[in-house]
Amino acid sequence: MQLDAKIPGGPLQDKWDRHRFELKLVNPANKRKYDIIVVGTGLAGGSAAATLAELGYNVKNFCIQDSPRRAHSIAAQGGINAAKNYQNDGDSVWRLFYDTVKGGDFRAREANVHRLAQESTNIIDQCVAQGVPFARDYGGLLSNRSFGGAQVSRTFYARGQTGQQLLLGAYSALSRQIGAGKVKMYPRREMLDLVIVNGKARGIIVRDLVTGKIESHSAHAVVLATGGYGNVFFLSTNAMASNVTAAYRAYKRGAVFANPCFTQIHPTCIPVHGDYQSKLTLMSESLRNDGRVWVPKDPKDKRAPADIPDSDRDYYLERKYPSFGNLVPRDVASRNAKEQCDAGKGVGDTQLAVYLDFADAIRRDGKDLIKSKYGNLFQMYEKITDQNPYETPMMIYPAVHYTMGGLWVDYNLMSSVEGLFVLGEANFSDHGANRLGASALMQGLADGYFVIPYTIGGYLAGESLDEVTDQHPAFTDHTKQAQERIDKLLSIKGKRTADDFHRELGGLMWDNCGMARNDKDLAMAKEKIRALKAEFWENVLIPGADKDFNQSLERAGRVADFLEFAEIMITDALARRESCGGHFNDAFQTEENEALRDDENFCHVSAWEYKGDDQDPEFIKEPLVFENVKLTQRSYK
Amino acid sequence: MTTAKTINLNLKVWRQNGPKDKGRFEEYRASDISTDSSFLEMLDVVNEKLTIEGKEPIAFDHDCREGICGMCGTVINGRPHGPEKGTTLCQLHMRHFSDGDTIAIEPWRARAFKVIKDLVVDRSPLDKLIQTAGYISANAGGCPDGNAVPIPQEIAEKSMDAAACIGCGACVASCPNASAMLFVGAKVSHLGLLPQGKPEAAMRAISMVREMDRLGFGNCGNERECEAECPKEISITNIARLNREFFKASFFSSVM
Ligand SMILES: Cc1cc2nc3c(=O)[nH]c(=O)nc-3n(C[C@H](O)[C@H](O)[C@H](O)COP(=O)(O)OP(=O)(O)OC[C@H]3O[C@@H](n4cnc5c(N)ncnc54)[C@H](O)[C@@H]3O)c2cc1C
Ligand code: SF4
Ligand code: FES
Repeated sequence: MQLDAKIPGGPLQDKWDRHRFELKLVNPANKRKYDIIVVGTGLAGGSAAATLAELGYNVKNFCIQDSPRRAHSIAAQGGINAAKNYQNDGDSVWRLFYDTVKGGDFRAREANVHRLAQESTNIIDQCVAQGVPFARDYGGLLSNRSFGGAQVSRTFYARGQTGQQLLLGAYSALSRQIGAGKVKMYPRREMLDLVIVNGKARGIIVRDLVTGKIESHSAHAVVLATGGYGNVFFLSTNAMASNVTAAYRAYKRGAVFANPCFTQIHPTCIPVHGDYQSKLTLMSESLRNDGRVWVPKDPKDKRAPADIPDSDRDYYLERKYPSFGNLVPRDVASRNAKEQCDAGKGVGDTQLAVYLDFADAIRRDGKDLIKSKYGNLFQMYEKITDQNPYETPMMIYPAVHYTMGGLWVDYNLMSSVEGLFVLGEANFSDHGANRLGASALMQGLADGYFVIPYTIGGYLAGESLDEVTDQHPAFTDHTKQAQERIDKLLSIKGKRTADDFHRELGGLMWDNCGMARNDKDLAMAKEKIRALKAEFWENVLIPGADKDFNQSLERAGRVADFLEFAEIMITDALARRESCGGHFNDAFQTEENEALRDDENFCHVSAWEYKGDDQDPEFIKEPLVFENVKLTQRSYK
Repeated sequence: MTTAKTINLNLKVWRQNGPKDKGRFEEYRASDISTDSSFLEMLDVVNEKLTIEGKEPIAFDHDCREGICGMCGTVINGRPHGPEKGTTLCQLHMRHFSDGDTIAIEPWRARAFKVIKDLVVDRSPLDKLIQTAGYISANAGGCPDGNAVPIPQEIAEKSMDAAACIGCGACVASCPNASAMLFVGAKVSHLGLLPQGKPEAAMRAISMVREMDRLGFGNCGNERECEAECPKEISITNIARLNREFFKASFFSSVM
């Protein structure tokens, strides 16, 4: 297979405008003749479903949760970037574009990223019009903070609940269309397969999670906005239901998967504290604006943090990166925390934590100001850990947070399967090897509000699509396959629960395909995961029945897919003979322990095509061409 | 973290096979529960054990486990989301219980919410309320610049206070009349306080209140239980604001 990114010609700044002009349009009266399936109701799916319905398409929208408002996007805390330059501090579309490409360690497409930066400003206007209560200054204008390694203030926020407020905005637009009958909403549904007819995506197979019934849904195009796959690590900051199933099923039907090994480990999470633990909690990165990260200089120093004088502390980020200090990008901050803990300087019971200290900020700005900025985060921290961060430093440790990899899409956000579009975290498009803070929300909403409405029209207007209903044999066949898989899972009646397998898989991935990787361990993990997968299919224990509300069965299906998908991540990690962004292979580092890219040989997207269950996927390369930015070694010194 | 200890608990859990099943309490023992674990993690431990023993685990809703998605929620010893103020069930930690405690766990009970299974209920009526009018009609594209209309900080903050509602339904479950007034009041306030939400404010209040009646929610009897149990501490003044909007709209507008 050849991959054509379909990047429009012309100067970077004009590509999107020109492309929008050149895209064919669907006549307004004809839009109602098209059915579009949108899977997912997060920022990407919710905004897409609402906007497509506003345009006149008939939309069917699916989600796992009981309400579209509960998609994982709801949990985003810190904020959303936009190149408004309201602060007059030198921001611009170009700067946001440049920062995003650089932050992604030069492994993203210039044209996509530039479009994202352009659309960012519209997002803010849209959200304000919907009633998103962004933070405001005394004069009533929108307030900004600097975030995640940016040297300008371009992050818009709504307290520590930005994702919630943006999602409620998209959800309200979606609800309006549901009320108007333009969107038919299917909550508590899980997509189990993609249906392709005559080479084009024409529908999906879902399981009704309440009744267990397998349903077929046909359409003229399918949009996946099913989020990221961070839960392959078992413990992550993702919501419990976040999964790879929808994307993975599409992969097995022919959609190629890009850069699966690019995963983001967020530096500021509450450390793991017990083996019963079910998920990790993020402490917003904005905390690094005022908190100082340190460990004791001496590994043997077990004094309480308050008893350790400044001279015995190592503020290692400030020491190593004088110009960015505590604000270095996530991958750099995470790897440094691991390095300190590996050197025995970790703190707390498990010694897998570093301090994030607010004492200086409180002394400087007063407790009230710190409280007004971070009150809800401090409260959350205290609820979970029973410690008061106003009095004693927080303890933090990196955790899996976001997946830059995803289904491959071209400039139109169409996958390698015609008629299958992929938005939001589920695609791979904009963040390269590392995502900057506050850029995922921006991407999800740009994709949903401002990109897909144009590009899907271009596709539909340019195709003559056969009449396909859910009675087509492909639907019957895929329904049967989905049912057989469920029957098989339930018939195993082994001894270990799906969670138990998931936890073991997560441990293997975290230890061997996490923050720092090496060939030997990757290869070893691949073998172990194969064995674990084999054991799963012989020894998993799933209680309950099929035609029922059965959460154990739901989880088992997701774990089964994670077990297969994990192998592709490792295959990808082994194939990328360089370090870049979130992918750090010990063998490729600079003298200063920074990721050492190999632009000569690896300046490309690695895409993987499914070739059968017991075979390695086939590698497909999409070369990346940089015409507007110069590839440099990232330096945050 | 604090030095965690472990505790043993007796659980009385509501088990119900579906909306038509009568349902009953069943007793389980939760042993060696770390006081650092959350309430849901405690249920995970119990469920793993039930599964291994060949029994069906307890069905309960949850997703973010960070207190923001609004998916979790059961009644703990008679109180929605349990004993801690301003806390969702997923953020409730076992250090608030003592060794040997008996804990009764039940689903939300309200006429408008049907039980799906065990502790899982159907809260789709809350979505229906939003679908009637819980929005500002602003299609994507063509909106004025975000700074075109300044919004006084105090107003934005008040709006945000109301917008913090997570749609969990605890207010309904705690209300003797199973009213959704706090939920509706929060939405009407969130949007109505903002200049962008004013044009539809009257319509919104009237439509949402009517829909609430239609869906089988009760009337507000001013019992204030909702405010006390709301995990996001949504203020009851939002109900007063809803009432004002409603009456203003009923008297002065033609939308009635
Ligand atoms: C704790 C936390 C904080 C964050 N903070 C920020 C931040 O401050 N700024 C920022 O920019 N980004 C942040 N992020 C990242 C950002 O929130 C996500 O990347 C983004 O919200 C993903 O949106 P999405 O629409 O692509 O997917 P999601 O919000 O994950 O939505 C996925 C949707 O797909 C549905 N779905 C999934 N699988 C299936 C299936 N098989 N069948 C049917 N439906 C399915 C789900 O039900 C859901 O509706 C944060 C992430 C986390 C975890
Ligand atoms: S008002 Fe409070 S209790 Fe009611 S749904 Fe909202 S958050 Fe839950
Ligand atoms: S699980 Fe999301 S609020 Fe509790």
